[in-house]
Amino acid sequence: MSTIALHDEHNHDHADHGHHKETLISKYIFSMDHKMIAKQFLITGIIMAVIAMGLSILFRIQLAWPDKSFPFLETFLGKWAEGGRIAPDFYLALVTIHGTIMVFFVLTAGLSGTFSNLLIPLQIGARDMASPFLNMLSYWFFFMACVVMMSSFFIQTGPASGGWTVYPPLSVVAKAMPGSGMGMTLWLISMVLFVASSLMGGINYVSTILNMRTKGMDLWKMPLTIWAFFLTAILGILSFPVLVAGVVLMVFDRSFGTSFYLSDIVMGTTILPNEGGSPILWQHLFWFLGHPEVYIVIMPALGISSEVISVNSRKPIFGYHAMVYSLIGITVLSFIVWGHHMFVTGMNPLLGGVFMITTLIIAVPSAVKTFNYLATLWRGNIRFTPAMLFAIGLVSFFISGGLTGIFLGNASLDINLHDTYFVVAHFHLVMGSAAIFGMLAGVYHWFPRMFGRMMNAKLGYLHFWLTFIAAYLVFFPLHFLGLDGVPRRYYAFTEFEFMKKWLTVNIFVTWAAIMAALAQVAFLFNFFYSIFKGKVAPQNPWESNTLEWTAPVEHIHGNWPGEIPTVYRWPYDYSKPGHDVDFIPQTVPFSQTMSSNLPHDFEGNAEAEKIQQDWELANPVTESKS
Amino acid sequence: MSLRKFITNKTTAALAVLLTVFANTSAFAQAAAGAAAAPKVDMGEVYKSVIFYILIFLAVCLFIAIIGKAIRVYELSREAQGKPVGINWNRIHASLFALFLVLGLYGVYWEYTVHGAMLLPDAASEHGKKIDEMFNLTLIITTIVFIATHILLFGFAYIYKYSAKRKAYYYPHNNTIEKIWTIVPALVLTVLVLMGFLTWRSIFFKVEDPKNKAVQIEVTSEQFKWSIRYPGADGIVGNKNYKLTTATNPLGIDFKDLNSRDDEMADEMVLPVNKPIKLILTSKDVIHSFYMPHFRVQLNTVPGMRTIFEFTPTKTTAQMQQETNDPNFKFLFFCAKICGSGHYNMQKVVRVVSEAEYKTWLAEQKTYLNDDLRKQFNLPVAPAPVKAAADSTATDSAAVKTNQMALNK
Repeated sequence: MSTIALHDEHNHDHADHGHHKETLISKYIFSMDHKMIAKQFLITGIIMAVIAMGLSILFRIQLAWPDKSFPFLETFLGKWAEGGRIAPDFYLALVTIHGTIMVFFVLTAGLSGTFSNLLIPLQIGARDMASPFLNMLSYWFFFMACVVMMSSFFIQTGPASGGWTVYPPLSVVAKAMPGSGMGMTLWLISMVLFVASSLMGGINYVSTILNMRTKGMDLWKMPLTIWAFFLTAILGILSFPVLVAGVVLMVFDRSFGTSFYLSDIVMGTTILPNEGGSPILWQHLFWFLGHPEVYIVIMPALGISSEVISVNSRKPIFGYHAMVYSLIGITVLSFIVWGHHMFVTGMNPLLGGVFMITTLIIAVPSAVKTFNYLATLWRGNIRFTPAMLFAIGLVSFFISGGLTGIFLGNASLDINLHDTYFVVAHFHLVMGSAAIFGMLAGVYHWFPRMFGRMMNAKLGYLHFWLTFIAAYLVFFPLHFLGLDGVPRRYYAFTEFEFMKKWLTVNIFVTWAAIMAALAQVAFLFNFFYSIFKGKVAPQNPWESNTLEWTAPVEHIHGNWPGEIPTVYRWPYDYSKPGHDVDFIPQTVPFSQTMSSNLPHDFEGNAEAEKIQQDWELANPVTESKS
Repeated sequence: MSLRKFITNKTTAALAVLLTVFANTSAFAQAAAGAAAAPKVDMGEVYKSVIFYILIFLAVCLFIAIIGKAIRVYELSREAQGKPVGINWNRIHASLFALFLVLGLYGVYWEYTVHGAMLLPDAASEHGKKIDEMFNLTLIITTIVFIATHILLFGFAYIYKYSAKRKAYYYPHNNTIEKIWTIVPALVLTVLVLMGFLTWRSIFFKVEDPKNKAVQIEVTSEQFKWSIRYPGADGIVGNKNYKLTTATNPLGIDFKDLNSRDDEMADEMVLPVNKPIKLILTSKDVIHSFYMPHFRVQLNTVPGMRTIFEFTPTKTTAQMQQETNDPNFKFLFFCAKICGSGHYNMQKVVRVVSEAEYKTWLAEQKTYLNDDLRKQFNLPVAPAPVKAAADSTATDSAAVKTNQMALNK
């Protein structure tokens, strides 16, 4: 509301600079247009995802065939795979960098960066982000973070390899493992750049959503995607700085001889001088970010799937308010559950009990969201677009992975499950597969908005079914390894008699992972091919209500020619009884849909209710017929 | 025209496939290539098989592309003849979801019965039984929810597939239903939280029974091995100081502390059955995790910190061998926290025996204190006569201690 004046100014600005000539560099590289930045984030994210997936295939090969030699690996990896077998240190580097890339570069920057940038201005009706320059910096910091992280593969001691959580002292004492030398330094630099990028993005998203909504777009008329991006950005702003604090202390410990995380350490017989620190401090700082981080990963995916499921079920999302409140609940609770990663670290057991309570409470809003998705599908008229398939897949993964969280969140059960394959299975389903599926649903759904062309639906179907089945084949059996007490991050299962029975399962899982990886070819081909050769997209390909589909297909700076459309209604008026088509865009005023208005729509506006009543009295027949 | 377009599509397709997928396919091909090749084979063979697998993959891509084109031709010809759309994809996906539900449920059943039978045997410790009960309850509840929600999810996907004749039911919210499905999970979780909390308390908050005092055992981790220290006759593990670490005193035991002098070293962990055991866990270098899954025991070992886990083994190794029908069965403990290149092989055997056997075994173990260390600590080389005195004072002071908090720093 207060934004009306603001927008007028923007209009003038736009007119003044309308003929500003764009060069190749300003349009494609140092672009300040949110749509271009979204594409940059997406394509960088996809490249990083392919790399991280390749790494996972490498270590899956090691797990499946620990005794076999693959001469080809030596060709690529040199001394890290001497004799064609991956070295134990390099194996740990692979899992570390796989985790880091997937969590931070793909599912945080690739997901939030892409869709927040693309959808926030388009769905709330703004010409661009609050600060386009900051937005551009955000991408370039992210890009630098990626480059620095990948550069650690080209140094002699190899990349960081203490696990993606880089627990000290392993990651701090250079002697502890080769990866804790230069590789770890690069990891820390990359992380600082990444957090800077994330914060610039987050501040921008929050200020844009709060200040630049178009006329009529009050908070309760925002699509759930925007709510999810908004709360995700808040989470990031509040939690990422804590990681930086932790990282800075770690840099001090590593390079300047301080003892924040170190005490009483003897490497072999060398007594280190550090005294008085605690390795547990890092874990608190890390997980204070780390746990909100998993919600930073999953919430945008949940927002995207809310939108996609509603549009393709041709039904309003069930319990819009409950969906928002459960997102808020998850946001708040996610700050007070970090200790559940530390039940068996030797943290005071009293704290363990408290964190167990808060952790299991978070299952309630998650359950509400799941049931609301199911209720949205109920009696819908479901169109199985590729995006919808992925959204349904997300709900399935969210259930499967979420339920195992009830085991791990229970401190007593965590004693025996902590750091086993059960944990691996749990988070790969709930935040790995589910978030990736959310991201893919978003790509298929908004591809026409991003590139003005359609993706091939049939390749999308193939991609979905192969990936969906393969993901379950990969991660479901892993639960059972964990229940048998097989720890994660083991280089080989050959040294333990009881693990040998799982070797065949490992081979099976690796083949399933290879199948999943190959299935992505269908996506990559479809994606890059359709950018150039796809069918030209119609204005509103999914017959959706939200604002972004009112903007012209051809991208223009400022999103809408002329005035920004005004919003009159919430975004979920699908299949409203009494209306002739099964969707009513947000820009359609109630005065044009007299036949379908409900008393609830007027939010207690007496005058509007009066007009509606008069109209209904005047047109009784039409009303009951349609 | 369409033929030319077809060809250009194919070329671009092949190129894009080659470029974008190289990372994945090469990994895939390597697996197969390596499988065929023994170490030190000539690379020519390897490259040949890599190319072979890439060709197979490209053939599959081509096959998929041909099917795609065939479908397209079919659809276009239907369109040209003015017939309704040939393939109802919505119906296909709906049926696939239904099929996925059925096969998936069978898969879950198969996993539960086949892989579920390969898991750890029943807990061999007192608190482990409680953990197992808690686990089973959680498993039953989550399995019911898992199956029910998936039946609804895929069932709805099947039933409510798109039909041009139907309109979806406009049903934006129902506060009663929403309240129910907020409160019911909340109640179920409250039960789980309460039970979990009580179990957790019973594990970590133990009041020591003076008549049945716990056997202290100290375990020290380092890259990549464990050292076990038994307390000796006094029943108390003596002090350590990491600054005293030398090649002859790798644990940095402080032998000025009388309690340390009779401490014994052991190659395996031998435990008396049905006696409470108090594990004192420490680490020399990085964080490791002491993990003993058969007893449902896990706690990290942290440098600069003592962590303590108390438990009571209830089954001897011999009993377990009978129960599992495996004469080679061994209890083990190993490392569960990433700690470096040897992380995957850091294990020790645990032997649970009768109390009598335990005492005999204990008597055979050597003390850490040897003549070299005696010299180093300026102690008389003859066995110390103070031992008896140390014993009595130590037991006294230990009896006073109550062990309310399992952990102290």
